[in-house]
Amino acid sequence: MGAVQTKGDLEMVKKKTIWPYLLVAPALLIILCVVFVPVVNAILMSFQSYDLRRPNDIQFIGLQNYINVFQDSLFWKALARTILWVVFGVGFQFLFGFIMALLLNKKFFARGAIRAVSLIPWVTPGVLIGLMWRWIYDGNNGVLNDILLRLHLIDTKIPFLAQINTAFPSVIVAIIWQGIPFFALMILAGLQGIPAELYEAADIDGACASQKLFSITIPSIKNTIYITALLRIIWVANSVDVIFNMTEGGPAYSTQTLSVYIFNKGNALDLGYASSMAIIMALLLSIVAIPYLVSTFKKEV
Amino acid sequence: MKQKFEFKKVASLYIPLLLLLVFILFPFYWTFVTSIKSESELYGMVVTYWPKSLSLESYRKLFTTTVNFVDAMKNSLIVAFITTIVSLATSTAAAYAFSRYRFAGRKVLMCMFLSNNMFPTVLLLIPLYSIMRKMGLLYSPWALVLAYTTFTIPFSVWLLNGFLNDLPITLEEAALVDGCNRGSAFFRIILPILSPCLVATGVYIFMTSWNEYTFAVMFTNTSTRTIPVALKSLIGQLGVQWDLLTAGGIVTIIPVCIMFFFAQKRLVEGLTAGAVKG
Repeated sequence: MGAVQTKGDLEMVKKKTIWPYLLVAPALLIILCVVFVPVVNAILMSFQSYDLRRPNDIQFIGLQNYINVFQDSLFWKALARTILWVVFGVGFQFLFGFIMALLLNKKFFARGAIRAVSLIPWVTPGVLIGLMWRWIYDGNNGVLNDILLRLHLIDTKIPFLAQINTAFPSVIVAIIWQGIPFFALMILAGLQGIPAELYEAADIDGACASQKLFSITIPSIKNTIYITALLRIIWVANSVDVIFNMTEGGPAYSTQTLSVYIFNKGNALDLGYASSMAIIMALLLSIVAIPYLVSTFKKEV
Repeated sequence: MKQKFEFKKVASLYIPLLLLLVFILFPFYWTFVTSIKSESELYGMVVTYWPKSLSLESYRKLFTTTVNFVDAMKNSLIVAFITTIVSLATSTAAAYAFSRYRFAGRKVLMCMFLSNNMFPTVLLLIPLYSIMRKMGLLYSPWALVLAYTTFTIPFSVWLLNGFLNDLPITLEEAALVDGCNRGSAFFRIILPILSPCLVATGVYIFMTSWNEYTFAVMFTNTSTRTIPVALKSLIGQLGVQWDLLTAGGIVTIIPVCIMFFFAQKRLVEGLTAGAVKG
């Protein structure tokens, strides 16, 4: 983007002046106070026994929190579950988002309105998403049970969120539902940027639909998919509100992802232990965040 | 031949589209239908797909019970409004600097703003809780406003920088030649053209602050809590009051949807520009 105007850059832009620093200062000051200070704080807290239920016992304990984390079987289970959460959640968000973008890219009646309506899950509060789905899954009066009973797919009602083996797949469906629109939106924009001549040339060559999909469409939007997927992985991994409002991590911790576990520990005021897990999680996420930063930054500056 | 073509379009476009739309919209439909059922029908033996008798009782109860939903709406409005003003003002200034000046440290600063979006919420949540507690800000609206700027400012800077880069610099050149200084060129030329983009960004900030739960549940108490926290509080020891909850859900998303529909076109343009170009 920035490169577009290099020729037009005026002397006044290049001239040494204090103005840009003054303009950036307010935003920078806030961010330093609310992001960088807390991150440093979290690092310090992770080396302390910082439990607000025992406020007189706050002291440096070195790596003890980290040692405890690595010996905590709940941590390892939450980590494994987070990986499943991200793989299945983002995977299906992408799949359905891609299908939806292909459909919305065709011409049909009221396309603009349908596109706008289909984006609503993306602007729905996570709390509400959790609660709406919790009601759909309800074991007594839930509509999903009713539909399955009417279709004779089940004989007795299933308490989806109260059983260990059904709870986790059920919350994954809710996060998939939330993320489809964002993927569809980004991929659709990518599709609309593909020059029509490419398809015309393929038609002349007699290419079939699947050939066009795999040799024109997908290669052209590869970059969009890559960046969107990285961004979604970070968001989904960090998501707390959907799971917390459906199950709070239960039953028997079977839906507790890492961020929900950290949130629960924070809620229980065990801030030192929660911080050390949050730092480990941030380091793990940087595997995804750094490629995202690099690829976004290369283009933008 | 024509008929065959139409059939193909139905099978490859309308049917899959319909299925996806049903999946996407059904939860909203179900929430709405639940909110207008009478309590006896809601917990009756038979699940009904359209209420036998319409009842607005749940909405009346929502605004009159002890939950204080009206107060929660007021708190949410205050927090979202202040967050929007603070974030928009600071981000517009920063984005203008990034877009129109080339200065030492520009890349480092831009990278800093971008990387902020990557921090896990829970990483900031815990130290911010302890900092707010020490500063005595906990349970005041300011605690939430500050917490929300951690993600609204970086995001808005990035979005507005994109919008500004798309505005030709020749516009300002003309004004400067005519004797305007930079400040008045900004307010007289750039700001009016940028205003639809500012509205779109503002709507996004407002929506995310209005919807946010994770910070809100830890940083508020019963008198300062926002709508998402109030909604969750309807799940009590006596079980879940689904009639109130669904009515509350509908009330929560209506303002968001209205704002979103007005701003969505520009917002989508800004959001997708970053990922698609290049």
